[in-house]
Amino acid sequence: MEDLKYIPANYKSDQAVRWCPGCGDHAILNTLHKAMAEAGVAPHQMAVISGIGCSSRLPYYMNTYGFHTIHGRAAAIATGFKVANPEMTVWQISGDGDGLAIGGNHFIHAVRRNIDINMLLFNNKIYGLTKGQYSPTSPRGFVSKSSPYGTTEDPFIPAELVFGARGNFFARSIDVELKVNQEVLLAAQLHKGTSVVEILTNCVIWNNGIHNPITDKEVRAEKTIHLRHGEKMLFGKNLEKGLVQDGFLLKAVTVGQDGYTIDDVLVHDAHTPSNFLHQQLAMMDGETLPLAIGIIRDVDAPTYDEGVSQQVEEVRAKKGFSTLRDMILAGETWTVE
Amino acid sequence: MLEKTNVKVLDKVVVRFSGDSGDGMQLAGNIFTNVSAGLGNAVSTFPDYPADMRPPQGSLSGVSAFQASVGKGVHTPGDKCDVLVAMNPAALKRGYKILKPGGVIIVDIDSFNESGLKKAEFTTDNPFTELGINAQVIEAPVTSMTKAALADSGMDAKSVLKCRNIFALGLVCWLFDRPVEGALKLLKNKFAKKPAVYEANAKVIQAGYDYGHNIHASVSTYRIESDDIRPGVYTDINGNTATAWGFIMASEKSGRPLFLGSYPITPATDILHELAKRKDLGVKACQMEDEIAAVCSAIGASFAGDLAVTSTSGPGLALKSEGIGLAVMAELPLVIVDVQRGGPSTGLPTKTEQTDLMQALYGRNGESPLAVLAPVSPTDCFTMAFEASRIAIEHMTPVVLLTDAFIGNGSSAWRIPEEGDYPEIKVPYVPAEVKESWKPYLRNPETLSRYWAIPGTEGLQHRLGGLEKDSNTGAISTDPVNHEKMVMLRKEKIERIANDIPEQQVLLDVDADTLIIGWGGTYGHIYTAAEELNAAGRRVAFTQFRYINPLPANTGEILSRYKTIIVAELNTGMFADYLQSKFPNLDIRRINKIQGQPFLVQEIVDGVNKIMEGK
Repeated sequence: MEDLKYIPANYKSDQAVRWCPGCGDHAILNTLHKAMAEAGVAPHQMAVISGIGCSSRLPYYMNTYGFHTIHGRAAAIATGFKVANPEMTVWQISGDGDGLAIGGNHFIHAVRRNIDINMLLFNNKIYGLTKGQYSPTSPRGFVSKSSPYGTTEDPFIPAELVFGARGNFFARSIDVELKVNQEVLLAAQLHKGTSVVEILTNCVIWNNGIHNPITDKEVRAEKTIHLRHGEKMLFGKNLEKGLVQDGFLLKAVTVGQDGYTIDDVLVHDAHTPSNFLHQQLAMMDGETLPLAIGIIRDVDAPTYDEGVSQQVEEVRAKKGFSTLRDMILAGETWTVE
Repeated sequence: MLEKTNVKVLDKVVVRFSGDSGDGMQLAGNIFTNVSAGLGNAVSTFPDYPADMRPPQGSLSGVSAFQASVGKGVHTPGDKCDVLVAMNPAALKRGYKILKPGGVIIVDIDSFNESGLKKAEFTTDNPFTELGINAQVIEAPVTSMTKAALADSGMDAKSVLKCRNIFALGLVCWLFDRPVEGALKLLKNKFAKKPAVYEANAKVIQAGYDYGHNIHASVSTYRIESDDIRPGVYTDINGNTATAWGFIMASEKSGRPLFLGSYPITPATDILHELAKRKDLGVKACQMEDEIAAVCSAIGASFAGDLAVTSTSGPGLALKSEGIGLAVMAELPLVIVDVQRGGPSTGLPTKTEQTDLMQALYGRNGESPLAVLAPVSPTDCFTMAFEASRIAIEHMTPVVLLTDAFIGNGSSAWRIPEEGDYPEIKVPYVPAEVKESWKPYLRNPETLSRYWAIPGTEGLQHRLGGLEKDSNTGAISTDPVNHEKMVMLRKEKIERIANDIPEQQVLLDVDADTLIIGWGGTYGHIYTAAEELNAAGRRVAFTQFRYINPLPANTGEILSRYKTIIVAELNTGMFADYLQSKFPNLDIRRINKIQGQPFLVQEIVDGVNKIMEGK
């Protein structure tokens, strides 16, 4: 660790963190400090851009360049920033309301363009800052202040939107899984292109325990699976269970039972261009199949910001105008003596 | 100093229909001519047949053309045309040289295939580049849309193709506001004995007309001539191109790269088109997913240190409001171009109006002042785009540039600026001497603008945001007194721009008792009207505002000199109300027009006469 240029403290701003005690966001902030130190990104070479909501306060707690913008628009602002200065590392922070409701359009288009930014999506399935309304990731029937009789609509599954927008990086973690958090944030940083990281966070005030059926210590090993590229898809307390292919679908089995051996268990390939299996893995919800955490998809593809810069360079090299006047004079002109 | 300009409504337009000899160009041209004559236009025509009786189809020698000049005082078919209709590549090649500057070419893009290009002896697959064509080209799928319109007609393929000319005619009728009813009458007579053919043509002409409507096809029928005859190299330019180029000049003079975030909208899209081409000068032009993303990407680019611009028209400005408010709060440079069109809502997308003034000045939540500029002519779009950028950067503020469809599409001869014609833009970087103690809202005591700390610079990491900030530390603050202080600082920062813009000048009979006032794109018409009034013995002074907020420092002094003040504008009186709010004691008279059309000189003359005669 001695050869690291930066330590987590280098990324901490002097502002007091004002999230509620026990909020899942604290853990992610600390992990981001650590992951950036590990990646060796200089604080002045990093910009953190957020929308509106509890999680969007994050830039104020970073000793980097930061912009706390307006509701839903962080992805568009981050896009402009990255195109203007492709050298810098850009993190975009959104919650489920900010990123998927008011900002849904910018979210899918940023992913489609594959702009090289890292998107942190804090998913607590609630509007916290406005005091407890259902969000686009709240389950059908969810009772909240704005749905006293339960919602009558189905939620988005963030991963499904990412794949629908042809995304090339999707990872998921849970606020309390500190090691996985570190792993996925670092991978998002290293991936070129739009990296979407969904983190299931707990809102202690308005939606306490929403993820408990999956994240509780007693059940977590059974209800989640930590996917690692190149490794068998195993889960359970003693990693005795695995995912196998069942026709076009996935099935959870116990190794050594019903004739399944370890050879039947699938090996995770996060880098395969086809997103068919990635989608199935990302859609597992902890009910019949375990919720996937870790890096689900990580595939290289051309990025938007690089495309724009390269095109500018190519056209400039070909046409060779150095000034506006040069360019105009190459067109149709006449002279008045 | 503004030079005098004359707005010439093209009292005549020359349209050249050209295609293969079998394409029915003579018929299309004749009908257009007769419809125009029926509307009271004088007409003159020139059929230009191929020399060979049976030239090969699609060949250069097979091009048949019909040139029609229609309008006022028409005595000849015209040397050059305003609109060239080219039904195939050969017609384009034969005709493009006689297109006037600022003219429009309509091609049947379906015929621009490999075989068509070969027959016309093109050597590349891009005939427009090969011919060096820089005009506005409407690439209409005439053949396929004609086929589609007649898909259910039961006609054979050959007969269907014979109706292509009428589709093109329908499109030209849209461009020049010729109702298709006139053409239908003529077609009915012509095909009296073939009702099926008439029905087909009636369908197709409507399809062509609707196509023009759907793609917002427009052609400027105005020419703005300036009296600027300084020696130099000149080119022809329309307002939207001039706007785009003004930003490039500002980028060169500030050393900050140019970023455009935009979304297509009539009549502003040509700015996006031009800046997208100017990747050859290093411009980063991004077409975003919507108007909001367009302004937001520009704000992101501005935060990153670029000269950032977003271009739009009225409905788009409405969508951008919240984003612009963020730029006001974050005190970042940003230029928003609004090429005004008829409103409200979708309104009259291809027509001109000055009805976004209040939206530009006040259309945001909270106390949200920004600078507003309005160029007065196509060439002034260049100067004012430069000025908008200069003010945005030097005063760290969003600036709205209010052009309009009339000057945006209108064209004019323009002297290409020479080295030294435009000043260096002084970028307010964080001064070295304050770097240690610098905070994001530390201000230049003279301009009150904050400094621009470019991300990537070591030691200047900072956080901006839409939340109110402490005036000293830059941290989030909800302190009541601090908020009021920041509101007043932002307000005064904009007001102090008045120290940094030219004084307002009064033209013509400055000692008269009556002052006619205009703003923005109405300059040419009002100037001419004021001149005519003076020539007729009505003593009037005239002034045109191009700095709207803040107003030039001497505005109050000027207004106090005149007994009668008349504001002429293309809305119900927005600038008059604005002036009234600043100078409550004035008795302001008004001349207004809200028809989606520029003033006629006579309308202003009549309006002024009426007011001066006390009617």
